[in-house]
Amino acid sequence: MDVEVIIKNLPLYFEGLGTTVQLVALSLGCGLALAIPVALLAASRRWWLRMPATAYIYVFRGTPLLIQMYIIYYGLAQFEAVRESLLWPVLREAWWCALVSFALNTAGYTGEILRGAIANTPHGEVEAARSVGMSQWQIHARIVLPSAFRRALPAYGNEVIFMLHGSALAGVITLVDLFGAARIVNSRHFVPFESFIAAGAFYLGLTFVIAWLFKRWERRWHAHLRPRDGAGGSSATPAPFTAR
Amino acid sequence: MKRLTTALLAALVLAAGPAFADKVKIGIEAAYPPFSAVSADGTFVGFDVDIANALCEEMSAECTLVQQDWDGIIPALLARKYDAIVASMSITEERKKKVAFSAKYYNTPAKFAQKKGAGITIDAAGLAGKTVGVQRATTHDNFITEVFGDDVEIKRYASQDEAYLDAVAGRLDLLLADSVAMADGFLATDQGKDWEFIGPDFTEVKYFGEGAGIAVRKDDTELLARLEAALDAILRNGVYKAINDKYFDFNVYGEPLPQ
Repeated sequence: MDVEVIIKNLPLYFEGLGTTVQLVALSLGCGLALAIPVALLAASRRWWLRMPATAYIYVFRGTPLLIQMYIIYYGLAQFEAVRESLLWPVLREAWWCALVSFALNTAGYTGEILRGAIANTPHGEVEAARSVGMSQWQIHARIVLPSAFRRALPAYGNEVIFMLHGSALAGVITLVDLFGAARIVNSRHFVPFESFIAAGAFYLGLTFVIAWLFKRWERRWHAHLRPRDGAGGSSATPAPFTAR
Repeated sequence: MKRLTTALLAALVLAAGPAFADKVKIGIEAAYPPFSAVSADGTFVGFDVDIANALCEEMSAECTLVQQDWDGIIPALLARKYDAIVASMSITEERKKKVAFSAKYYNTPAKFAQKKGAGITIDAAGLAGKTVGVQRATTHDNFITEVFGDDVEIKRYASQDEAYLDAVAGRLDLLLADSVAMADGFLATDQGKDWEFIGPDFTEVKYFGEGAGIAVRKDDTELLARLEAALDAILRNGVYKAINDKYFDFNVYGEPLPQ
């Protein structure tokens, strides 16, 4: 084990960490923003609203992220028309290409998670909203979506972790993310074991933070599902016969 | 009977010894035309491939060529996925810490290329703010990182072919690579027709090494000795020249061939 090489290259790893965190956070944000309309459309009862959203989900879940990224980075650049379009300043940069492909991809998965959660909205909740005279818009904004977010939370936590790991692909299109940093260290010093173990440790740390955040979030959003404090909780109840 | 068994065993050992040693696996990259590439029918072609085969014939060894991405080409040698690398690998000090090299089998200078008429001057001021594409973990990567690392933005690719793709796509201002590889593998092709060489030849041994050598594991001294002898033989008996002339109209050895 050559720990010295890793210590010497820590600045490179931290640069990679910054890129990874930035890319993942932004793509998750954009992806979620896109996923909400996609999920609402996909859960619609009108087929002409449902179809495009279902097709979107199908395409982005149906092809590997690596292929989506290659199509956006190498594929689109092949066309003269794209290179002369207004989009080119964005598509020229590897960073934007990674962001766009990650966001589109995670929107597909998140859309499906949300669609499932929307479809499972208890009928009584919608009926109650209707009975107090809420409009269709209000029902969605106040009842259906918040309730769906709650149910989707554990599955979404999973998707966030998958996105973090999927982001390692950014290293393939010249970006120096965590994996890219590991590859540079490996190729410069020929220490594959050390360089990738170090990157793995960083990913473990990030996953730990994400899992912890989601745990807290769940505790907050699922508070109504917990046994009540003081009077209720089973742990607070003394065992009837053995306690003395 | 006992003597017969001994004799048989001895014969077996004698027969098996050389036969075993004569199976040599050679690692190549196959993404670095004209030195190595995969042809349309899936076979390996190129200068490196022909040299590897000529060396094997000279050693009367049975060779298998193994394709390996550049990033992992030394780790895979150390992990015994193959026994020697014939992949245009420059002989450098950093690599010598991990592997043993034969003498060079060719030596060509490095050069920049730019889009035709871009008018870039190759010095710190001229390169400021420019984006340069190189293959990761090559002598070119080390040179640009150490000498102009503060002036330019460096984009590193897993293979030279990917760097060419991004050059054509307009993501790079400059390419830095081996002049021969770039002339034949890019500038002479349809996709590279809008690009041209710019600036001087770079040959500094400190950055670019003494030329391309064959790499083996450090404890494999016997194989290295056989490869060196075979290389010397093909340099002198005309085989090298024939391969050279098949690909190039000049001498890639970098100096007159030994007589």
